[in-house]
Amino acid sequence: MEYTLPQIASQVRRDIVRMVTAAASGHPGGSLSSTDFLTYLFFKEMNVTPETWHRSGTGIDQFFLSAGHISPVLYSLLARRGYFPVAELATFRRFGTRLQGHPSVEKGLPGVNQAAGSLGQGLSVAIGAALAKRLSGDPNTVYVLIGDGESEEGQIWEAAMSAAHYKVDNLVAMTDWNHQQIDGTTEDVAGLGDLRAKWEAFGWSVIEADGHDFPSIAHAFAEARTRKGLGCPVMILWHTEMGHGVDFMAGTCKWHGKNPSVEQCAEAMKQLEETMGDFAL
Amino acid sequence: MKAFVDTGKKDTRSGFGAGLAELGNSNPKVVALTADLKGSLKMDAFAAEHPERFFEVGIAEANMVGMAAGLAVAGYIPFIGTFANFATARVLDQIRQSVCYSKTNVKIAASHAGITLGEDGATHQTLEDIGLMRMLPEMVVINPCDYNQTKAATLAAAAWDGPVYLRFGRPGVPNFTPADQPLEIGKALKLNDGKDVTIIATGHLVWEAIQAATVLEAQGVSVDLIDIHTIKPLDKEAVIASARKTGKVVVAEEHLVAGGLGEEIAGVLATACPTPMRLVAIDDQFGQSGKPAELMAAYGLDAAHIVKAALSLR
Repeated sequence: MEYTLPQIASQVRRDIVRMVTAAASGHPGGSLSSTDFLTYLFFKEMNVTPETWHRSGTGIDQFFLSAGHISPVLYSLLARRGYFPVAELATFRRFGTRLQGHPSVEKGLPGVNQAAGSLGQGLSVAIGAALAKRLSGDPNTVYVLIGDGESEEGQIWEAAMSAAHYKVDNLVAMTDWNHQQIDGTTEDVAGLGDLRAKWEAFGWSVIEADGHDFPSIAHAFAEARTRKGLGCPVMILWHTEMGHGVDFMAGTCKWHGKNPSVEQCAEAMKQLEETMGDFAL
Repeated sequence: MKAFVDTGKKDTRSGFGAGLAELGNSNPKVVALTADLKGSLKMDAFAAEHPERFFEVGIAEANMVGMAAGLAVAGYIPFIGTFANFATARVLDQIRQSVCYSKTNVKIAASHAGITLGEDGATHQTLEDIGLMRMLPEMVVINPCDYNQTKAATLAAAAWDGPVYLRFGRPGVPNFTPADQPLEIGKALKLNDGKDVTIIATGHLVWEAIQAATVLEAQGVSVDLIDIHTIKPLDKEAVIASARKTGKVVVAEEHLVAGGLGEEIAGVLATACPTPMRLVAIDDQFGQSGKPAELMAAYGLDAAHIVKAALSLR
């Protein structure tokens, strides 16, 4: 049966909360804030399927997750899209799993093309992949997701300068702008400031959109497509809320990297409709 | 002892540049990146002949490592070139995650390694890089001894499937290995068969070790002389066989004792064949400005110090 985007997103949110509860560790906050636009990216936007995916990305759209700690949302989306069995979500963070705490290529999990976790590195990798597509005449697009807190890393701005310098216009970078990081808000911790002005100053074409509203998400991705090939890298700044979808997790840094109790998980499940069937625990 | 002929001093970094230029013509998958050091790394020929496959990244080494990893994911064979300090210590975490843990086929070309960088002083005289790189799973570490071997190492690195750290230097040094001698990764090169003492050297210290062996042989000391161009994976069999034969081992390298080839060999021999050893290397200190030869002498890395170390084992 065909599921609607909100139905898929609801199931992905259930997966995220159940995975971190079962593993008694992991990062629900940023996973929940990234769920909606990534659901759209994986189910509607990218021209890649579990059958066509391969690590080198030749001839397909490519996605790099730079903020590797939000692995729960990535794993759920890959499983729900059919890259590997949904049942495998139950192995998240367990000894011997392909679903490592932070994404790894070591055990060959389909859909994962690069390790991430130590922050700030994925944008550079995505630029390299986009330049490779240019070199080989591959017309497809490279997508990469970074966190707003991650943007405090110096390497992000090295990469920002480089992408504009090389006119990497087959690259769509995205920031999950949820305004929260481990120690507090991005303003209190590091004075993150005006991300739009910063990216534009670095020569990027910037799109801002509500990262939880599907029409807004669709419009932003469509707009990004029209800006391909115009000589500028594209940045979509997604306005989001950390912990979105679970009332006691929403809008706070407290759930960046904390697992709920079994009782809290049950409370969250009441707020998230089961649509595609939970994985077995 | 076989005579080794210096065919003229050449810098090892030019061997890399020649190898890269050859690869540019023979392998369309080879790409190159530099962080504002194209000339110092001798990448000019490749850049001029293949501008579409050459990326000047600017003074942004972390980004350069990541870009190379992305190119490698897509099937290209990137060589990144910068000074050894900026190619290792500055980007250790990027190499660890984006290259080694991600198993990306990135080749790290590190020039101006060691004390022989000379006048620039300790900020640039990297003496820790071998240790940093050999600690990383997946990484191959090659430290060739002259121009010809560096060129051969560059070709071998491109043919190897996986991350490679290729270390070379700034000054002109004797070029004595055969021009057509391929480099087999992981295979030690025996330079002389002897029975009294083993001298194992790597990089610029190989020529010094040859000079030391010549002196020792003239004094009646028979030297088993080994060039270890591949520090990782180490040719343990060659090292153990030689140690068993001579019962005495000197290891010479342009690096700190900590993390260096000597420590590695000591670890191998301690478990396989405990052997009295001397380590010719720099002990827990930074370098300083000076001419390469005077620094080598001052920090105990020249032929005279290798002779002394060997004789102290008798």
